[in-house]
Amino acid sequence: MDMTTANVTRSIDARGMPCPGPLMSLIGAIREGQVGDVIEVLSSDAGSRTDIPAWIQKAGHDLVEVVEDDGFARFVVRKAR
Amino acid sequence: MDGQTLSLVLFSGTDDKLNAAAVLTAGAAAMGRRVNVFLQYWALDAFRSDRIGKDHGVAPEAGSEGAALLARHGGQHWSETFRQAKSIGEVAIHACSLSMEMLGLSMEDLDPLVDDQEGVASFFMDVDGPVTFI
Repeated sequence: MDMTTANVTRSIDARGMPCPGPLMSLIGAIREGQVGDVIEVLSSDAGSRTDIPAWIQKAGHDLVEVVEDDGFARFVVRKAR
Repeated sequence: MDGQTLSLVLFSGTDDKLNAAAVLTAGAAAMGRRVNVFLQYWALDAFRSDRIGKDHGVAPEAGSEGAALLARHGGQHWSETFRQAKSIGEVAIHACSLSMEMLGLSMEDLDPLVDDQEGVASFFMDVDGPVTFI
């Protein structure tokens, strides 16, 4: 288990959810969380590849990492404010 | 809020067009844009609380193949996407008073997603750029 996995506060499995569902789930989790929380989202939606990084940049949070897996991607986000 | 308001006039009441409108609304709301929606004709009819969850069909260009494709694709209902958009951003949904009159509707007949009813000039009070017609 690497550091980011160990520090994940909340994990959301949004695989199978169409656009913009995974982003909406992430926004909800960020709103409910505390500054410093690390939220992981699993998404198989192709739109998430561009939408999640775009939203994180706009909203001022940190994209810790994006890991491509088999048919989905894992986005790890730190709530920065 | 920043950037231009997304102003949408929804006319069509088919599930595919309403879903497309809901996705645009959610995306704009996520990116911090204000969204101003005006419901006319068949789109307004689709927001009736007794019909919102029912099958509203698809646009004619879908054809039978497109309709089957959409049915298989599934996903969440457009009303739920509008609800999420409202929970994350500033989204106002107005019923066109002329369409309300034509359809014989009052606010109690509509889903709570609809904030109020107004005339077309009031809708344009909140328009600060192009209007998209769906």
